[in-house]
Amino acid sequence: MATYLEINKKQVNGEKWEEPFYLNMGPQHPSTHGVLRLFLELEGETIVNCTPIIGYLHRGVEKLGENLNYNQAIVLSDRLDYIASAANNTAFALAFEKLMNLEVPRRAKLLRTIACEMARICNHLLWLATHALDIGAMTVFLYCFRDREWLLNIYEKICGARLTHTYVRVGGVRQDFTQEIIDDLYKFTEEFPSRIYDYETLIDVNRIWLKRTKGIAVVPPEDAINLGLTGPCLRGSGVYYDVRKFRPYDAYGEVNFVVPTGKNGDTYDRYRVRMEELRQSNFIIRQCLDKLPETEGEPVLAENAPDLLMPEKIKKPEPKPVPKKGVIFRGADVPVVPPGEAFAAIESPKGELSVYVVSDGSNKPWRLRVRTPSFVHISAIPYMAKNHMIADLVAIIGTLDIVLGDSDR
Amino acid sequence: MGIEKDTVEIAPGIRQVPGTPVVISPIDKIINWARAGSMWPVTFGLACCAIEMMATGASHFDLDRYGIIFRATPRQADVLIIAGTVTKKMAPIVRRVYDQMPEPKYVIAMGSCACSGGIFKTYSVAQGADKFLPVDVYIPGCPPRPEALLFGLLTLQQKIKREAKKWGFWR
Amino acid sequence: MEELLNELKEKFSSVVIEVQEKDYPTLICKRNGFVDFIKYLKEEKGFKYLIDLCGVDYLNYPKKNFEERFKVVYHLYNLDTKVLLRLKVRIPEEDCWHHSVTPLWRTADFFERECYDMFGIKFKGHPNLKRVLMPDDWEGHPLRKDYPLYLEEEQEWETYKKIAQKYKR
Repeated sequence: MATYLEINKKQVNGEKWEEPFYLNMGPQHPSTHGVLRLFLELEGETIVNCTPIIGYLHRGVEKLGENLNYNQAIVLSDRLDYIASAANNTAFALAFEKLMNLEVPRRAKLLRTIACEMARICNHLLWLATHALDIGAMTVFLYCFRDREWLLNIYEKICGARLTHTYVRVGGVRQDFTQEIIDDLYKFTEEFPSRIYDYETLIDVNRIWLKRTKGIAVVPPEDAINLGLTGPCLRGSGVYYDVRKFRPYDAYGEVNFVVPTGKNGDTYDRYRVRMEELRQSNFIIRQCLDKLPETEGEPVLAENAPDLLMPEKIKKPEPKPVPKKGVIFRGADVPVVPPGEAFAAIESPKGELSVYVVSDGSNKPWRLRVRTPSFVHISAIPYMAKNHMIADLVAIIGTLDIVLGDSDR
Repeated sequence: MGIEKDTVEIAPGIRQVPGTPVVISPIDKIINWARAGSMWPVTFGLACCAIEMMATGASHFDLDRYGIIFRATPRQADVLIIAGTVTKKMAPIVRRVYDQMPEPKYVIAMGSCACSGGIFKTYSVAQGADKFLPVDVYIPGCPPRPEALLFGLLTLQQKIKREAKKWGFWR
Repeated sequence: MEELLNELKEKFSSVVIEVQEKDYPTLICKRNGFVDFIKYLKEEKGFKYLIDLCGVDYLNYPKKNFEERFKVVYHLYNLDTKVLLRLKVRIPEEDCWHHSVTPLWRTADFFERECYDMFGIKFKGHPNLKRVLMPDDWEGHPLRKDYPLYLEEEQEWETYKKIAQKYKR
């Protein structure tokens, strides 16, 4: 391991050399949220320098994506940010659709929006649970997981999986919601705001919580943009930027919601932003559910969506039967992917997730680039951790909301 | 035999002298019972499966009722749950965590990636944790449901109960 | 939009080779003078936010109309006018380096390290150009097209090979 560490001895009083105190944190550490490793240079208990070392979960998703066809590549996106899979699926699907010039039916757009916002609630609940647990509030963890299970059960009804759904497909979604799911979601959206209130009563004015979050890791707006922070971390600093509003995709153009922003840019403000986003997500789901009856009976997969197993060679188009509702393996036989490139970005729960895909005309992407928010956020840890205590580092990692699968790909 | 005449069987293989607190049993049984009743896994999440592992430990599924409590350090743990993809860069560290655990120690490979590499047959992923670790229980799934993890842990309990003289001369 | 592109084309005629209208306006730039160009974009034109920086390997790409092997692709965003701009720089294989933009954007630090890690493109002026995802003593650059997806046993990374052999059962 010596290759990583360039231990700098400091010269004190001309001839004497002093070695600073070094501490290694991770990869096996309960509060680094996975396999993040931080190499700290300390002065007493204050962090002078901090070097994040990542790559312990680098699985080669980009390379693997180049060897699978477009529909198969979506499966990989589940494993990137495994807390909010639906958002990742959507990012991949949007980029591929742009490449293939597919028009997604309106009902599919609404269903996608619901799935994405459910993912946001799931993600923020898990973030709140672990962040609070790291700082020392155990009760919040148990409450949050209770409500998260509720959402995961609905996901299970939608597509059969709890974490890795692959519900969003190129050209639409896999299948329509049943009435039972819609009823469940109505019930959830009815009750969830009171649950948010419950969490807030637990920690919002808790003295320990305030002491450990106020004034920790303050990021001014200019620095936040320069560091590339996105999502709640950027909005916590008071910068109004949200891909859902700036470059609307799916059904976000037709729903009303407020983008909350913070003021001070500290950990507490980021917490407030996320709590507010929970409410807004709930509101968005409700609006989409109300719009669903308008599109009753529409198909949920575009007519010329590519087949699940995209064949290498283009078959002759045959006259197809009229697509029925609920047929999954419909797909056109002509997966025409023109050579070119496409760039699509979404507001994933953690920040801006963008996919840049280059095609050479075959059924596999030539280059599949995923810009993940966690990767960028980890690079901001040295800036944020400077001159803080070790105990605050746990709060900083928590507030950035990083997932190592997302960052290492 | 005299013992059988004077004692009562209270559990399979365990006999009690009536009216006294004296119990006669093979020592393996008692030790295995104690081990199986308090398996403490180390909190070591690698990837997606770690979220399901957390869910298993949290309110809905509640591992504590089986005497399974997560410990943050390998020095106090008995079970290493490899929850997620093991990359080649991570492999030496996983091995080191395993080496730090005191005996008796068990390994559960949770998820397809830890069992065999799963869908990630790439340059940077170790094709299964059993390439460098002695795995006791394999749990397939991507990721396995919390019930599957519970089943895996109970299977490990069954396995422990069948052990004899595995960890040296005094069990 | 049009005005901006025309202005850039005039002002930096020695840097901008070509302007393409794709899903987003794309500027193909030369390596020389690129830093001045992107600095102008950031400081005068308000493209303050660097969304993405990545490399692309065009080895044996069908219908390739340029000679160089690599491209470095930048996505810049203007938060006020909501304009997204894509910049591309072609990098030849034998002279595989590019100017670093880390002094301008701190977020470019990890992006450039990743680009170096995956493609072997060196960034001149980067303060700490080391591998970021792969181990330090890894051989080769995985996202190059001539790098295999799955390593056979003889190409295996040394440290892992040792561990796998030591604990083989």
